[in-house]
Amino acid sequence: MGVIYVLLTISIVVAILFFIGFIISVKNGQYDDMYTPSIRILFEDELVKERKNTPSKSTNSKQS
Amino acid sequence: MIASTCFHCGNDCGKTTISFDQKTFCCHGCKTVYDIFSSHNLSSYYDLQSAPGAIPKKIEGKYDYLDTPDIIERLTEFDNNHTQITTLYIPHIHCSSCIWILENLHKLESAITVSQVNFPKKTLRITYNKEHISLKKVVLLLNTIGYDPYISLDDYSIKTTKTNRNLIYKLGVAGFAFGNVMFLSFPEYFEVQEYWLEQYKHVFRWLMFIFSLPVVGYAAQDYFISAYKGLRARLLNIDVPIALGILVLFIRSTTEIIFDLGTGFFDSLTGLVFFLLLGKFFQQKTYSFLSFERDYKSYFPIAVTKVNTEKHNNQRSEKNIQVYDIKKGDRLLIRNEELIPVDAVLLEGCAQIDYSFVTGESESIHKTPGEKLFAGGRQVSGAIEIEALKSVTQSYLTQLWSNNVFTKNKSASFTNLTDTISKYFTITILCIALTATTFWLFYDSSQAIHVFTAVLIIACPCALALARPFALGNILRIFGKRKFYLKNADVIEQLAKANTIIFDKTGTITTSQKSTITYQGLPLSRQEEALLKNTLRASNHPLSRSLYKILSEHDIYILDEFDEHTGEGIEGKREQHTIKVGSSGFVRKKIDSDAMNTAVHISADDTYKGRYIFNNSYRKGISEVFKALSQIYSLSILSGDNSSEKKYLQKVLPKHTDLLFRQKPKDKLNYIDALQQRGKNVVMIGDGLNDAGALAQSDVGIAISENVNVFSPACDAILDASQFKNISNYFKISKSTMKIISSSFVFSFLYNIIGLYFAVTGQLSPLIAAILMPLSSISIIVYVTLLTNFLCRKLKVEQ
Repeated sequence: MGVIYVLLTISIVVAILFFIGFIISVKNGQYDDMYTPSIRILFEDELVKERKNTPSKSTNSKQS
Repeated sequence: MIASTCFHCGNDCGKTTISFDQKTFCCHGCKTVYDIFSSHNLSSYYDLQSAPGAIPKKIEGKYDYLDTPDIIERLTEFDNNHTQITTLYIPHIHCSSCIWILENLHKLESAITVSQVNFPKKTLRITYNKEHISLKKVVLLLNTIGYDPYISLDDYSIKTTKTNRNLIYKLGVAGFAFGNVMFLSFPEYFEVQEYWLEQYKHVFRWLMFIFSLPVVGYAAQDYFISAYKGLRARLLNIDVPIALGILVLFIRSTTEIIFDLGTGFFDSLTGLVFFLLLGKFFQQKTYSFLSFERDYKSYFPIAVTKVNTEKHNNQRSEKNIQVYDIKKGDRLLIRNEELIPVDAVLLEGCAQIDYSFVTGESESIHKTPGEKLFAGGRQVSGAIEIEALKSVTQSYLTQLWSNNVFTKNKSASFTNLTDTISKYFTITILCIALTATTFWLFYDSSQAIHVFTAVLIIACPCALALARPFALGNILRIFGKRKFYLKNADVIEQLAKANTIIFDKTGTITTSQKSTITYQGLPLSRQEEALLKNTLRASNHPLSRSLYKILSEHDIYILDEFDEHTGEGIEGKREQHTIKVGSSGFVRKKIDSDAMNTAVHISADDTYKGRYIFNNSYRKGISEVFKALSQIYSLSILSGDNSSEKKYLQKVLPKHTDLLFRQKPKDKLNYIDALQQRGKNVVMIGDGLNDAGALAQSDVGIAISENVNVFSPACDAILDASQFKNISNYFKISKSTMKIISSSFVFSFLYNIIGLYFAVTGQLSPLIAAILMPLSSISIIVYVTLLTNFLCRKLKVEQ
C-alpha cells in the first residue's frame, strides 16, 4: 500500500511544478499584456505566406 | 465625380486626389507613406485592415531636443555601448495593422533590432543599435510613417511604474490550493468505511492543512489587514466578518484534525478565499491606455528651444533646455504647433494661440508683440519668440495644482454600500452566535463551541462580498465598451448617489470641432464667392479652413495676387476683382464694438459686403439630455466665458438650470465645495485643464474628450464626446445597478438563514459547508451578471 505515498508525492510534485511555472510566467510579465500576443500569433502565418509568394523578390533584395 | 477615399488613411480625398500605383490618396504625405511601405515589401499593412494609416505631420525641428543627452537618458530605459531601449507612447495605435507594421520596423531600418507593441497601453518598445541610429532618428522614422509618438513632461519624471501583480499571485496561490484540497478532501465526502481510507485519511488531512497555510498566511492577508484597519478606526467593514470567518475556519479545522474529530473545512476555506479574490480580480478592470491621474505634465513639452543672444556681437544661438530649467527672463522659441510652457510676454512674431486644452474653446486667439501669454496655449501659426515671466511651476495654470484638492484621496472618505450593510450584518451574526452558544451551553455543553464556530463559518458573507464586485465590474466593462471609461468600480456607486450635476460650457456642451457659421449682409455674387473660395484656399488660418469647407464648390483657379496679413486678414486679386477677408478693422477700417462672437468680414472691390459669424455649436441632443436629467437632478452650467449665449441657453435648457458665467477655475472649485457643504453629491462634467480643480473637488469628475487617447484632465471617468447623448442613460443604469446589488443581498441573506439553521442545530458537516458556500457564491454571481447585462441591453453606442 506504500504505492499511495508514491502517487501522492508524484501528483503534488507535478502540481507544484505547474505552480512554479505560473509564478515565473507572471513574473516575466506574461500577464501584463494579454491582448497583443493574441494578435501577434496570427501574423507569423501572413509572413510565411508572403515569403512563399515572393521568394525571388526577397532574394533579390538580399543580393543588392 | 465619384467620391474616393484615401487608400492610406481613409479620409475623403475631396478634389485634390492623388493617384499613384492605381490607388487614390488624399495628400502627398499619405502617398509617401504608402510608397515607403510598398518599396520595403510591407504592403500587407493594408491587407490586415483597410485604410489603417494616419496622415504624417511633418514639423521641422520638433524633435530637436532629442539630441540632448540628458533627455535621451531620461527617455531610455536601458543604455550601453551599443544598444538603447526606449518605450514610446503612440496614440495612433488602434488596429492589428498598426501592431504588424510597428513590429516590422526592422525591415524599414536595419539598426532597429526589436520593436514590440503593447496594444492595451498603446506603447512601442524599441531596441536599437545606437551606433547606427539615434533616438531622434527613430522618432523621426515613426513620424514619417504616421505614427507620431507623444512625448511629454510626464516622461521626464523618473518612473517607478512597477506593475502590481500581487493580486494575480494571490489568486494563483488560492486557486492552486483550492484545486488540490478539493482532490484530497473528495474521498471523505462519502465517508466510505473502507480499510484504506481509514488508514490514509490522516495523511490526506495533514496535506490539506499544509496547502491551506499559504492561503491563510499569504492569499488572504489583505482581508486581515483591512479588518484590522477597520476595527482600529471603529468601523465594521465587510472584511471584519470575512477575516473572522477565515480565522475560525482555519482554527477549527486544525483542531479537528489534531484531535482526530473530523476532516475540517479546508475545502471551504480555500474555496472561499479563491472566490473572494476572483471577485476582486474581476472588479479591477483598468484601461491601461487611459490615465486618470493626468496633470499638466502630460501636456507640457519636455524641452523648449532657448535663444541666446551674445551681447557683444549680436550672434544668436539656439539651445534645447529642459522645461523645468526655464528661468524668468529666458527668451524662448516656440514653433508652430508647440505648447507655451510658461507665462510669458510675446516678443516677436505673430501669435495665434489655441487654448482648447485649457478652456475647451476651439477658436484661437490672436496676440501681438508685447501682450501676455498664459501657459498651456498652443501656437498655431508660424514661430514666435517669447520671454518667460515665471517658471513652469509658478505659472497661472500650473499653480492650480498646488491646491490641496489634488492631494486628497477621494475614495478614502467614501463608505460603500457593502460596508454600510456589513455593520448591521456583523452585529446580528455575533448576536446569533452568542445566543445559540448560550442555549447549547445549557442543553449540551460539549456542542457549544462546535455551534459557535459553525455559525461564524457559515455566516461568512461570501455571497454578500461578491455581489458588489461582480455587478460593478460587469457594468464597468459594459460602460467601457460604450466609450464611457471609469477609473474604478466605486465611481458607479458615487454616480448612483449623485443629486447635482454641473456642466462646463465650452468644449463640454459645445463641440470643439464644428462651429455653425451664419452669414449676415449683402449677398455675394457667384463670381465673388468663387474668388472668396479661392482666396481662402491659400490660407492656413483655422477660420479660413472652416469657412472654406462650408462654401459651395467652385472651380479652382490661380489668383493673380495673394496677400496674407497675419493676424488681420487675407487679400486676393484676380482680373481686376479684389476681395478682402478678415477682421473688421482690416476689411472696413472700423473696429466692431458689439462683437460677441467670432466673425469674419468680407469686402469685394472695396465695398463692404457682410460678415460670417461663427457660433458655438452645441452638441446633438443637448436639450433632451438636460430634460431627462432635470427630472431627477439639479443642474447648473459654469462657464468661463462671457454671458453672450445666456439667452439661447435659457431657451433650450430646462427652466431650473443655473447659469453662471465668467467663472475662473478657482471659482468653479469653490462653487462645488459650497454645494458639498450643503450635503449635495456633485458630479462635475468638464473638459479642459481649467476644469481640473472642479473635477477633483467634485464627488465624481467626468471629463469629456473628443479623443480619449490624447487629452483629458485628471478625473474619475472619461466620456468619449460622441456618447454625450447617453449621459442620462449612464446615470440611470448606475442607479439600477445599485438596486440589483441590494436585491442580491436578500438572496445572500436567504442562503445565510439556511446555513444558520444547520449551524445552530449543530448539524453543519464539512460536506454541507462545501456545497452551500460555492453554491451561494456562484448563484449570486450569475444573478448579478445576468441582470446587469439585461439592464444595458438598450444602451447603444452613438456613432
